[in-house]
Amino acid sequence: MFNDKKIGSLYVAPFVIGFLLFTAFPFVASFVLSLTDAQLQDQLGSANFTGLQNYTEMGRDATFQKSLGVTFFYVFITVPLKLAFALFIAVVLNFKLRAIGFFRTAYYLPSILGGSVAIAIVWRFVFAGDGLINQALEIIGITGVNWLGEPNTAMFSIILLRLWQFGSAMVVFLAGLKAIPEDLYEAADLDGASRVRQFWMITLPLLTPVLFFNFIMQIVQAFQEFNGPYIITGGGPLKSSYLLPLMIYEEGFKYFNLGYSSALSWVLFVIIAVFTAIAFWSQKHWVFYAQDREDKNGGAQK
Amino acid sequence: MTSSSVRLSAVTKSFNGTDVIKGVSLDVKQGELVVFVGPSGCGKSTLLRLIAGLETPTSGEIVIADKDVTYAHPSKRGVAMVFQSYALYPHMTVEDNIAFALKIQGRPKAEIRAKVHEVAEILQLDHLLQRRPKALSGGQRQRVAIGRAIVREPDVFLFDEPLSNLDASLRGQMRVEIARLHRKLGATSVYVTHDQIEAMTLADKIVVLRAGLVEQVGSPMTLYRHPANLFVAGFIGSPRMNILPATFAGSTADSVRIQTAQGSLIIPRKDVSKPASDKIQLGLRPESLSFAAPGAEAHLTGYVTLIERLGGETFAYVALKEFECEPIIIKLDGETPVHNHQEVALTIELKRAHLFDADGLALGHAPDFDPAQV
Ligand SMILES: Nc1ncnc2c1ncn2[C@@H]1O[C@H](COP(=O)(O)OP(=O)(O)OP(=O)(O)O)[C@@H](O)[C@H]1O
Ligand SMILES: [Mg+2]
Repeated sequence: MFNDKKIGSLYVAPFVIGFLLFTAFPFVASFVLSLTDAQLQDQLGSANFTGLQNYTEMGRDATFQKSLGVTFFYVFITVPLKLAFALFIAVVLNFKLRAIGFFRTAYYLPSILGGSVAIAIVWRFVFAGDGLINQALEIIGITGVNWLGEPNTAMFSIILLRLWQFGSAMVVFLAGLKAIPEDLYEAADLDGASRVRQFWMITLPLLTPVLFFNFIMQIVQAFQEFNGPYIITGGGPLKSSYLLPLMIYEEGFKYFNLGYSSALSWVLFVIIAVFTAIAFWSQKHWVFYAQDREDKNGGAQK
Repeated sequence: MTSSSVRLSAVTKSFNGTDVIKGVSLDVKQGELVVFVGPSGCGKSTLLRLIAGLETPTSGEIVIADKDVTYAHPSKRGVAMVFQSYALYPHMTVEDNIAFALKIQGRPKAEIRAKVHEVAEILQLDHLLQRRPKALSGGQRQRVAIGRAIVREPDVFLFDEPLSNLDASLRGQMRVEIARLHRKLGATSVYVTHDQIEAMTLADKIVVLRAGLVEQVGSPMTLYRHPANLFVAGFIGSPRMNILPATFAGSTADSVRIQTAQGSLIIPRKDVSKPASDKIQLGLRPESLSFAAPGAEAHLTGYVTLIERLGGETFAYVALKEFECEPIIIKLDGETPVHNHQEVALTIELKRAHLFDADGLALGHAPDFDPAQV
């Protein structure tokens, strides 16, 4: 008969199986593949072990280097802008305005829709040569730009698509703002601190744990951006929006270089890991935790 | 240090149509420490926040230091507030917390340092300046909160239940410290509390509030000896004043004859006009009752139902014969022999007895009370 232990195992089985099958196995397999010259169309058995050749290959691959540069550019522009924008809207929405519930929902809406392929397609129409933006510009007598045809503006359009999905970061910021006690601001009011100074001296320092969380999430997300370049720009023009995830996809499933594609994935993984590690390490210099760990001289109670 | 008065004129405040403050007029003299007391929800904090400028009155006028500040920004009123929660900035050290207001004012660094250290010394915080609030005890946090107020040298200090988060012994200690500080700085202060002892010991003047209205204003002893109504009588003094039903049976220039379930009593009382209803109430504080000496006249008799020995003093609960009311409480010396179910005869210190009419208003006043003085 079933005992408690077996029933318990049964409950966790779906997750464990899913994890092994769709996370652990591909993780290991991709690493092994990255050390071979495996081709998608061939039998796996016919692949040859090539050591680190795929990795050294990247040093000579101009496309990879271009893609890497574009990816860093994309991440370094998108993440700070998105965090700043999400924080700004959260601060505004934290005011006691009329119909605040409506605005909160309205601002979150893009994030529900935004990740979908459908919206990316809409985006393509909006930015197309004869798209909405150019039509609107025409009405007021300005000749539009070929948004998706120019390297600079093509990148701009996929950055904008990501910025537009500031909702989830905003909601986390909003929760963080709500957790700051009102009387801190009242005390600051009495002391004559302006709203702006209150923001810099009270709100922002107390929000750093939330900022840190959002920062990590956004970094990880941004490095993995795929929909935008795939659907809107196709990585072009001139590979100007050819983000690494798109390259990984194309190497594997368009050019069938499974080994090289796997190696690229691992490089992306390491990049993300390094950034996350740096962020965690830097925490002690800028993140304030109300129950913090250091402060030994304080004799703080745990 | 300058000090100045606070004046409220017919101040009202409603939140979403609910009247919370229903017309309060009040004068706080220079250097005075005024305490607001009253039951929970009566509007003490709201009144304090109105003075601070954290709320805007619905109507009425607020004057601080002869300036109309009814609609002035909190920082323009010359007030500093100590919050019940302390409201310390958790990410700043004690030093930065205390220095905050001065930094905002853009004072020179050297001056800020000097001031902060001066204040820290007064409050014995010198050795804690580099700590964060979470590494402080409750009493230390409280002192930082007070330090943050002092450093600004405000015209008026506002305290909202500053000691309520502390344990009993620390509260006693901080109470003494606040009293000492008030004497030292001599600044006008408004202090909100639930705590009778704080109110009685700290106040130059107590304001008793109920449901957004002032019930009585006066010195602690005035309120204790001459409560204007049943509410104040019940609120000030612990254990509470005993209330017994009685009937008005006539008065002379300086006394009232009343009828109780155990016979009639003559209570010394001045300026008594015949009440609308004969149904009145006799108020007796636990300490104005005692066991009748052998052979002496007894005013009341009953049985002891419960004894609470506190050491130095003993409270005896006595169920009175004939009366239809709760057992009354009598305060006795700790050494007085008394046992449960004992039959006792009680003497009332008649000139300390209180009378209230059917509406709960004091009927006349005690002979030693001078209405002109209040
Ligand atoms: N911002 C507000 N909005 C609506 N109602 C409020 C607001 N602030 C206070 N009130 C109401 O006003 C009344 C008085 O509140 P207040 O905080 O002044 O009471 P209090 O005397 O300080 O009570 P306590 O002793 O419990 O602190 C309460 O009924 C409270 O619910
Ligand atoms: Mg209160």
